[in-house]
Amino acid sequence: MNLIFGIFLLTLMLITGIAVVRAKNLFVATTLMGIFSLLLAANFFLLDAADVALTEAAVGAGISTVLFLSALSLTAEQEKPCYGGRLVALGVVVITTLALLHATLDSPRVGDINAPVHQHVAPWYIEQTPILIDVPNIVTAILASFRGYDTLGEVFVVFTAGIGVMFLLAHYPHKKPHKPHQGLRHYLIQRLVGRTVIPFILLFGFYVQFHGDFGPGGGFQAGALIAAAIILYALIEGTDTALTVIPSWLLTGMVSGGALLYSGVGIAGMLMGGNFLDYSVLASDPVAGQHLGILLIELGVGITVTGVLLSIFFAFASRKHF
Amino acid sequence: MSSWTPHLPALQVVVPLMTAPLVVLMGDRRLAWAMTTAASLCALAIAIALVGEVGEQGTMVYEMGSWAPPYGIALGVDAMSALLLLVVAGASTLGLLAAATSVSTEVEHQRQPHFYAAWLLALAGLSGILVTADAFNIFVFMEISSLSAYILIAGGPDRRALPAVFKYLAMGTIGATFYLIGVGLVYMMTGTLNLADMEQRLADVGDAEPILVAAGFITVGLALKAAIFPLHAWLPNAYTYAPNVVTVFLAACATKISIYVLIRFDFFVFQANLTEHDWQFSYFLMPLAVLGILIASAVAIFESNLKRLLAWSSVAQIGYIILGASLISVTGLTASMLHMFNHSIAKGTAFLALTCLALSISRLELKNIGGIAKQMPWTMAAFVVGGLSLIGVPGTAGFISKWYLISAALEMGDLALPLVAVILIGSVMAVIYVWRVVETAYFAKGTGVVAGDTIREAPLAILLPTWIAVLLNIWFGLAPSLPVELSGNAAELLMGHLR
Repeated sequence: MNLIFGIFLLTLMLITGIAVVRAKNLFVATTLMGIFSLLLAANFFLLDAADVALTEAAVGAGISTVLFLSALSLTAEQEKPCYGGRLVALGVVVITTLALLHATLDSPRVGDINAPVHQHVAPWYIEQTPILIDVPNIVTAILASFRGYDTLGEVFVVFTAGIGVMFLLAHYPHKKPHKPHQGLRHYLIQRLVGRTVIPFILLFGFYVQFHGDFGPGGGFQAGALIAAAIILYALIEGTDTALTVIPSWLLTGMVSGGALLYSGVGIAGMLMGGNFLDYSVLASDPVAGQHLGILLIELGVGITVTGVLLSIFFAFASRKHF
Repeated sequence: MSSWTPHLPALQVVVPLMTAPLVVLMGDRRLAWAMTTAASLCALAIAIALVGEVGEQGTMVYEMGSWAPPYGIALGVDAMSALLLLVVAGASTLGLLAAATSVSTEVEHQRQPHFYAAWLLALAGLSGILVTADAFNIFVFMEISSLSAYILIAGGPDRRALPAVFKYLAMGTIGATFYLIGVGLVYMMTGTLNLADMEQRLADVGDAEPILVAAGFITVGLALKAAIFPLHAWLPNAYTYAPNVVTVFLAACATKISIYVLIRFDFFVFQANLTEHDWQFSYFLMPLAVLGILIASAVAIFESNLKRLLAWSSVAQIGYIILGASLISVTGLTASMLHMFNHSIAKGTAFLALTCLALSISRLELKNIGGIAKQMPWTMAAFVVGGLSLIGVPGTAGFISKWYLISAALEMGDLALPLVAVILIGSVMAVIYVWRVVETAYFAKGTGVVAGDTIREAPLAILLPTWIAVLLNIWFGLAPSLPVELSGNAAELLMGHLR
């Protein structure tokens, strides 16, 4: 059953992928990309990778689509026709695909218990996580502690992206006064439905943030959800109202603060006699230290991701009025 | 040995990384410059300390979060990483010292804090790649360094910076994705991400097809990021339209870090485990290196934009670095490592001189610098030394690496003569493209000055870093023992992994 469903989803993804490439209208392409991400999320879920599925659904299908649409509102709707170089591109794609197919010939089967990935580090993680870190979600233990340095790096990737958008799209208010953006305030149904769901999205976001130790979730997904709720608010009430709720100094503080909180926890580990990002030394009991460390760094992740996503959205949205 | 010594590999990355958000929070451009320069100087001091430590105790290992590899992420600093850490931190520091004078002519005041934050992230990202011993961690820091490099280049005052950086972004992303596909395939077959562990566990897997495909993806992906001919299409325009100090920083070190990963990954993981992989490596890269040296040098001869001229020269110099590595011998790899170090000093000096020139001249075209050496003697003298070092004239740093490269080529038997010929022809071409600039600046009549440009010697604040770079060229040309020793140790380490 799983197999059939998997093949069905992958076929749909293939069709969507081709449709994205062929679409000339960029809004159509963006919407199709959202569908592509949702199918991918379903696929991850089918492979029992719930954490990845949640991230893909929140970031790929949700936030990316909104960001693409806001970027499109600054540019054109139709793709510029581009000829020339197509054969070369096709050749490169064909060669890459053939190489990848060739590589799958010798690869272990999906779900094979004897596959190297299940034989080497994975058993150790499964065995040691309850003893060393004691959280039910092993994925969280790996991402936040065992490979916490990678996750710190990823937070800084998000931070860099935020810095980049702010640097490139920075707008300085003194240029031209603009008339306030009304949003969807005069559309009763959208406004009512939107206002009703926002608290639930926020609540779910906080649940995902603080429940990451036990179930799928964590700072990245929570940040995306909370940002989505606020972006929805901005769409309904207008960007200016949203910016009075979350002023830009607060956004800058969030963008930097989360990243500083995460790396600060790492430095604290160093000062208290451990290595960088060693949470065990944070409390007298190593396991309690791990819990504290994971809670703090996940909070840092959530704050920076929310701040960056909102900054990017507002950078695009406030640009519109010029 | 202080209690902080064992933490040095981590601090090398963490200091610039943590300063970046602080710079954004402060939001003042002068403070931003001061904090960035302080962090960069600190990184340079750490790099120098690491060189000392590596000389005493060999490879320095640091376990992130106190988790032992392969379960956690380990850092490992050896002679090869220490040598390039010096390059990255040094280039960043000299670039920043020049930025104090130069950046305000190119980047608006309000945007400068974000600019410096991106600079710090680039520094942290490049250092992060150098210190880590983990294949996926390399990718994470590659993302940080690439994204921040795109931001820095896009900060250029010319609108053409944007299409140039978009091209770089598209190609860089493809390169990084190829690298990730390769790492994914190796992970699939070994279940580990630690480089040393990969090498060991691959011994049981042997010549499996996925491993061969992985080697291909990683080599091509990194070659794209390293701008190895013919995958260099993004480089000339990206270097040309970037802010001048950014070109100094990135031209001195960015592509070299990709070459570092390419060589390290190949020797540390694949060489011992794939049959005849030394042949595959050599026969893939050597022709590209030779073509790169000859063709890119030829293009540089006919280029009239000064920055693009030096950018094409970079593509050619990347050819020398790859040529050395493709010989797969201790001398060849020593030459390759040495040339990474020496070329960064030579090219850094030349671009610093151009940064000084740009303060007086709005368009860095050959026709606009006629006779300019009279008004700007110090700037042009610096360019001349950088140029001599690029050519490889005795007494400059560039000579040492060319010397090692020729010695390595002479060990190659039948190939010796053609390879030496290529190196010599490349050097003669370098003489021509450097001479065109020098001739115009010293001997042409000052006719082409653009209206509105008042030409005067650059201020002392920017001449100082430029001349530090000039002196480094001469210092490492006359007393090259430090880089030669580090490069030799790095080459021995790499060759130790050969089958």
